[in-house]
Amino acid sequence: MSAILTLQDVSMIFSAPAGGGSITALQGVSLDFEPEEFVVALGASGCGKTTLLNVMAGFLSPTSGTIMLHEQPISGPGRDRGVVFQKHALFPWLNVLENTAFGLKLQGIGMRERIAIAEENLSLVGLSEFGNHPIYQLSGGMQQRVGLARALTTNPEILLMDEPLGALDAFTRENMQELVLKVWQRTKKTIFFITHSVEEALFMATRLIVMSPRPGRITHEYRLAFSRRYFDLGDARRIKSDPDFIKIREEVLSIIYGGGIEE
Amino acid sequence: MALEWIFRKEQPTKDPYGAPGTGKSSMISVLTIVALLGGWWLVTELQLVRPLFVPSPSLVFSKFLKIACYDHYTQQLLVYIGARTEVVAECEGFSENPLHQHILASLYRVFSSFFLAVVTAIPIGIAMGVNRIARGIFDPPIEFYRPIPPLAYLPLTIIWFGIGDFSKVFLIYLACFAPLAISARAGVRSSSIEQIHAAYSMGASRTQVLWHVVLKAALPEILTGMRIAIAFGWTTLVAAEMVAAKAGLGVMVLNAARFLATDIVFLGIVVIGLIAFFFDVLMRQLERMLVPWKGKI
Repeated sequence: MSAILTLQDVSMIFSAPAGGGSITALQGVSLDFEPEEFVVALGASGCGKTTLLNVMAGFLSPTSGTIMLHEQPISGPGRDRGVVFQKHALFPWLNVLENTAFGLKLQGIGMRERIAIAEENLSLVGLSEFGNHPIYQLSGGMQQRVGLARALTTNPEILLMDEPLGALDAFTRENMQELVLKVWQRTKKTIFFITHSVEEALFMATRLIVMSPRPGRITHEYRLAFSRRYFDLGDARRIKSDPDFIKIREEVLSIIYGGGIEE
Repeated sequence: MALEWIFRKEQPTKDPYGAPGTGKSSMISVLTIVALLGGWWLVTELQLVRPLFVPSPSLVFSKFLKIACYDHYTQQLLVYIGARTEVVAECEGFSENPLHQHILASLYRVFSSFFLAVVTAIPIGIAMGVNRIARGIFDPPIEFYRPIPPLAYLPLTIIWFGIGDFSKVFLIYLACFAPLAISARAGVRSSSIEQIHAAYSMGASRTQVLWHVVLKAALPEILTGMRIAIAFGWTTLVAAEMVAAKAGLGVMVLNAARFLATDIVFLGIVVIGLIAFFFDVLMRQLERMLVPWKGKI
C-alpha cells in the first residue's frame, strides 16, 4: 500500500524573537501514514506534537525536509487535510448545520447538496437533531463533535486532530474516544491524533509515536490493536483494564517520565 | 416599608461569596430618577432657587407645549393629552421654528454624519486591521485628531467649508469617525487563529477567510463602535450648531441661553438626552438581533 502522507526528515527551527538563540521544535522527523491508520502522537508539553501537526496541515512550512501528500509536496493548508482543534474553532455566527457545511459553501456547492452532505456527517457524530441550534448553546463535547463533522464534510484524505478531547471532562472524554473510533471505523479515514493522555493514546492508536522534547523528535513507536479489540468487544473499560493494556501503559509512562522531571 | 421591600428584593442572598456587584439594579435606577425629578420639583416648589436658574418642571412642560405645537391640530392633540387650553393659546415655537423642526434638523445632521462615517470609517478601520500599509497611512492622522475636542477645530471647518450645513455635518462626521475606525480595526483581531486555520484547511482562499471569518467575527466590536460613535455624534451636536444654524436642538439651547430662557435650555437638554438614550436602546436591540453570540463564546 502506498502512503497517503509522507514526512521526510522534517525539521522546524524557531528563531527566538530577541537575544538570539533558537528552538528546535522538530528534528529529523520521518513518518509514513498508511491508509486507514490511526496514528497517535504522545509526549510531554513542548515535544513538538502541535508543531508537527501544524506542519502537516500546512500552517507552518518546515525549516527543512519535505511533506508529500500522495507523492505531491504540499504547499499550505488545503481541504485534503481536515483539522480538528482543541478549542472547537467553530463559527458562532453560523448554526450547527451551517458550520458543518462551511467547507462545501466555500467550494460553491449548491444549497441542497450542501445540506444533504452536512446532515449525513452530523448524523455520523450523533447530532442530526441539532442542525438548527446555535453553537454557543452546545456543550463542549457537542461542539467538538460539530468540529469533527465539519472536518469530515470536505472529505479529506487525512484527519489531523490536535488534542481534540483535551478540554473535555473525564466522562465526556471517554465517550468521545469511542465516538471518534466509531467515526474512524465508518469513514475509514487516516487519522493523526495528538493527546497528552497515555490511556487515550493506547486505546485509540493503531500506531503510537512517542515524542520527546528539546529537540522535538520521535523516540519510540508501537503498533497497537486495542481499538480493533474494542470493535470486537464493544467495552472500552474492559480493554483499558486489561493486563496487556496496563503493562504497556506503564511502559509508555516510564518512557515519558523515565528521565525524571526535566528542568 | 416600601423602600425596604425594594432593596430586599434586589439583594438575593443566594451567593454571599460571589463576585461583587452582581444582581439587578434597575429598581434602584428608577428610584434615582424619581428622586432627581422629585428634588427638582421640591426645590422649585419651595422657591429655594430663582426660576432663572432652575425653572420648575411645570414651567418647562408648559414651554414644551408652547413650542411643540405648530398648528391647530397638534394644539388639539396637546389639549387632548392634558394641556390646559390657556397654556397652548399661543403657538409660538422658538427661533421661528416649532420644536419638531429643531429635532428634525438635528436628527438630519447627526444621522447623515453618522451614516457617512459608517460607510467610510468601517472600511478604513478594517483595512487598517488587515493591511499593514493601510495601518501605516491612517494611524497617525486618526490618533492625532482623535483626542482634540471638536470645538478646537470648529473654526477651521468654518473657514474651510463656510457656515452652511456641510461644515456642521463634517464636524459631527469627524467625531463619529475615530471610534468607528478604531473599533473596526480592533474587531478584525477578534477571530481566533484556530478559526482562521480551520477555514484555510477547509479550502478557503485569503479573500474567503477575510469575508467569512474575519469580518463576521469583527461584527460585535463594530456594533459597539457604532454605539459609541452615535453617542459622540450627539455630544458634538451643540458645538456643530454654534455658528449660523437656523434650526436644531443645539441652536435652540444656545439661543435660549442668550435670552436667559432657562426653561428652554432645560427642555433642549432633556430632549437631546432622551433622543440619544432612545437610539442607544435601539442600537442595543440591533446588537441582540445581529450578534446574539456576543460574549457567549
